Amino acid sequence: MEWETVIGLEVHVQLSTKSKLFSGTASQFGAEPNTQANIYDLALPGVLPVLNEEALKHAVKFGLAINASISKTSVFDRKNYFYPDLPKGYQISQLDFPTVGKGSLMINLEDGSEKVIGVTRAHMEEDAGKSLHEDFHGMSGIDLNRAGTPLLEIVSEPDLRNAKEAVAYLKKLHSIILYLDISDAIMAQGSMRCDANVSIRPKGEIELGTRTEIKNINSFRFVEKAINYEVQRQQEVIQDGSRVVQETRLYDAELNETRSMRSKEVANDYRYFPEPDLLPIVIDQAFIDSIRETLPELPDAKKARFVKEFGLNDYDASVITNNRDMAEYFESVTRDSGDAKLAANWITGDLQALLNKNNWEITESPIQAYRLAQLIARIKDNTISGKIAKRIFEGMIEDSSSVDDIIEEAGLKQVTDSGEIEKLVDEVIDNNPDQVQQFREGKQQVLSYLVGQAMKLSRGKANPNQVNQFLRNKLK
Amino acid sequence: MIEKTVAEITAALNAGDISSVELTQAYLDRIIRFNDDLNAFITVCTDSALSQAKKADEKRAKGDTSPLLGIPLAHKDIFCTNGVTTSCGSRMLQNFVAPYDATIVEKLYQAGVVMLGKTNMDEFAMGSSNETSYFGPAKNPWDTARVPGGSSGGSAVAVAADLCAVATGTDTGGSIRQPAAFCGITGFKPSYGRVSRWGMIAFASSLDQAGSLSKTAEDAALMTNVMAGLDRKDSTSIDKPVEDYTASLSNSLDGLKIGIPKQHFAEGLSSEVEQAIREALVEYENLGAIIKEIDLPNNHLSVSVYYVIAPAEASANLSRYDGVRYGYRCEDPADLEDMYKRTRSEGFGEEVKRRIMVGTYALSAGFYDAYYRKAQKIRRLIKNDFVDAFKEVDVIIGPTSPHTAFEIGSKTDPVTMYLEDIYTIAVNLAGLPGISIPVGTAEGLPVGMHIVGNDFAEAKVLNVAHLFQQQTDWHRFKPTAFEKES
Repeated sequence: MEWETVIGLEVHVQLSTKSKLFSGTASQFGAEPNTQANIYDLALPGVLPVLNEEALKHAVKFGLAINASISKTSVFDRKNYFYPDLPKGYQISQLDFPTVGKGSLMINLEDGSEKVIGVTRAHMEEDAGKSLHEDFHGMSGIDLNRAGTPLLEIVSEPDLRNAKEAVAYLKKLHSIILYLDISDAIMAQGSMRCDANVSIRPKGEIELGTRTEIKNINSFRFVEKAINYEVQRQQEVIQDGSRVVQETRLYDAELNETRSMRSKEVANDYRYFPEPDLLPIVIDQAFIDSIRETLPELPDAKKARFVKEFGLNDYDASVITNNRDMAEYFESVTRDSGDAKLAANWITGDLQALLNKNNWEITESPIQAYRLAQLIARIKDNTISGKIAKRIFEGMIEDSSSVDDIIEEAGLKQVTDSGEIEKLVDEVIDNNPDQVQQFREGKQQVLSYLVGQAMKLSRGKANPNQVNQFLRNKLK
Repeated sequence: MIEKTVAEITAALNAGDISSVELTQAYLDRIIRFNDDLNAFITVCTDSALSQAKKADEKRAKGDTSPLLGIPLAHKDIFCTNGVTTSCGSRMLQNFVAPYDATIVEKLYQAGVVMLGKTNMDEFAMGSSNETSYFGPAKNPWDTARVPGGSSGGSAVAVAADLCAVATGTDTGGSIRQPAAFCGITGFKPSYGRVSRWGMIAFASSLDQAGSLSKTAEDAALMTNVMAGLDRKDSTSIDKPVEDYTASLSNSLDGLKIGIPKQHFAEGLSSEVEQAIREALVEYENLGAIIKEIDLPNNHLSVSVYYVIAPAEASANLSRYDGVRYGYRCEDPADLEDMYKRTRSEGFGEEVKRRIMVGTYALSAGFYDAYYRKAQKIRRLIKNDFVDAFKEVDVIIGPTSPHTAFEIGSKTDPVTMYLEDIYTIAVNLAGLPGISIPVGTAEGLPVGMHIVGNDFAEAKVLNVAHLFQQQTDWHRFKPTAFEKES
């Protein structure tokens, strides 16, 4: 039987606000345990929550970026459960009236097509602390630094049909969030977390199959692997004549498998009710408009502009606009060098390879935009050839002096002097009588061999166009 | 001097007739002498009180004549006080020392009060008799075999027996007004949101409101002047200017329209209490007020609604007492679940556990609509009854409680106890200001009259109460057993 996979993602993004969602405590990653927890975060008797308006603005900003409806009135609720790292014994979240309603975003599929993925809602909630189960002589430790940090939970529609689409969706979400500068969104550090709801159904069937929720997926790669594993598992379960059980499953990256969590977890009754310590959040159109004004140009719009304004192809435009810093880098190189096509080629090619190899962000690149622009300028004015440029590029990684100095020092300036090139060409003709003969007999391909020989003789420095020209003239 | 009102004491302090240190010492002496009998205080702060009194005297010597400067008061043990145990009447917090002051504690300190100590209360404010306190019930000074009412029973006893000049309390369903009625003093609950809840240990967040227990409405006005106001730390506090509540105390009541809810003069009301209230109403007619019967058609539902909403909120509010970070923790827990179960079973008393169970049930999947959601709907109807009533009248008057103070141990059925607050609960559900003032006695026990105002009509309520006290002496009546020492 042919199966169809149905996936919906619940993504938690830690909003990068100066302080926590309902208290004035800072929320930096990696601080000493319990140094970022005040009396509110500890849930001492008598403390009360006060909404951090910055978090609200971030949530609204996200909503506007995905063209979602923004609720003029939204309500916080208490989600009740006992756990040692949940100090109040309830989490303040939003159930029935989230701040961000229905929206959507576009993902790019591998075949180059686009697909719209619905976002059901996005709501604010506080994060829990962390339970530490090691080094405490049979006891557990609690770190409440993270308790109360603001999260935005973004829930997608079950519009995703395979693991690759899920990754594409998550990447697009990641890209938008970084553009908006509302979160670090680093999966490895937990500032972006993803739970996947996965089910399968026979192709053509309209009813959804029973879903499982996969937790603990902490990288883009694992999203794909976890979903693929789970889809395979569900198919096997059904083919064995059993049924998929609705449950929460943990992804184990080391074993690359999903495992059932205790079924008790699923049976939780959270007894939600409206948080009486907070009034409903009421915002007006002016507030929404003022946030709309702060929206940057978003990836899709930027991509379209790059295609139109700079003549980039879809692929290059996608790769470059995927990352806001990358896009800024590109625009800067293009402006300074005056050549968008070369800028795009260098950035998506050698530069990207360099960054990937070293696991650097574009902002950490040892070759800054203005230096790459200089390099491109030297290609354009024929000071160096494209091939030499690659060697200069390598040199620029270690050497922070100017591009011109590096070229000079390496003696790699392109030879454009006609006399020198003519001498080279003459030498090549003398040394390769057979090939010369073949060319004269009409074998055009031999020319490139001869050009190659001349370039080799010049150690790459000769201007290949000039060499070509001289050879053609001499062999007429 | 200890039997005087805050206003009178302040005049004496300003005149130099007595110092705050002398006054504080006098109250401390009485606490030492009578607290064993009355059980009004859980914690007494002798040294810090005397040093605060000394500071107040120094300020006064420099010309400071602030209204509450040097006044010895007591805080209900529900308000967090920095460095002083805040037990909330519970074993759970028996040894809990708050590292911060509640907003009202801070405001009153800034006004220069002297804190004598922390008063007894029903555990987590859940009770109408003070009998649920882990520390044993406070005793009614009019008859120590009787309850003082609750939950702010200790504060009411302390004021009635002159163990302090004035006290703070909290009122979720009648917890200031009912003990004030039982002890023959003035108990004032402002509108919901008028006074900050920061640092006040939560019972039912949408109903809890801090107020005062005092000898007169004038003293209540002086306290409210300091306690009221917007607090950015409490999102439900109201951004509305605070009036000088003493300014309008003596406004004429000529033409005042008083509503008498027919539901409050029906079956269940003791005839002696009714008689005292009717006589008080005659006083108002003499002052030019017009009495008018009104209808609060949904009032009979208020106790039922309250006992869904309040426990529901409480069930979540009390989840933090889990033995993990502070407060009581059971001995040698076997594992996490055992720690939760035994900590909460041993740390909470019966009534608290009952309400947590009731509240948890009301919020459970499958029951939420039938209980919590329905209760919220009826709460709106109850509020609307008041909205309609206040279109026709300026204040609503009735009895605070159906009867006078009852004997300790006499009400064993929880539902009977819940019905104690039948006249006061609707006011919390509607968020209105209400005051109880003494208007007579029945078989030697005080009778309280309940005056309710419209949203944020604190000044009007205090005005109506004050003029009655200008005409009568009921607020000067004292329990003889604890009279002033010679």
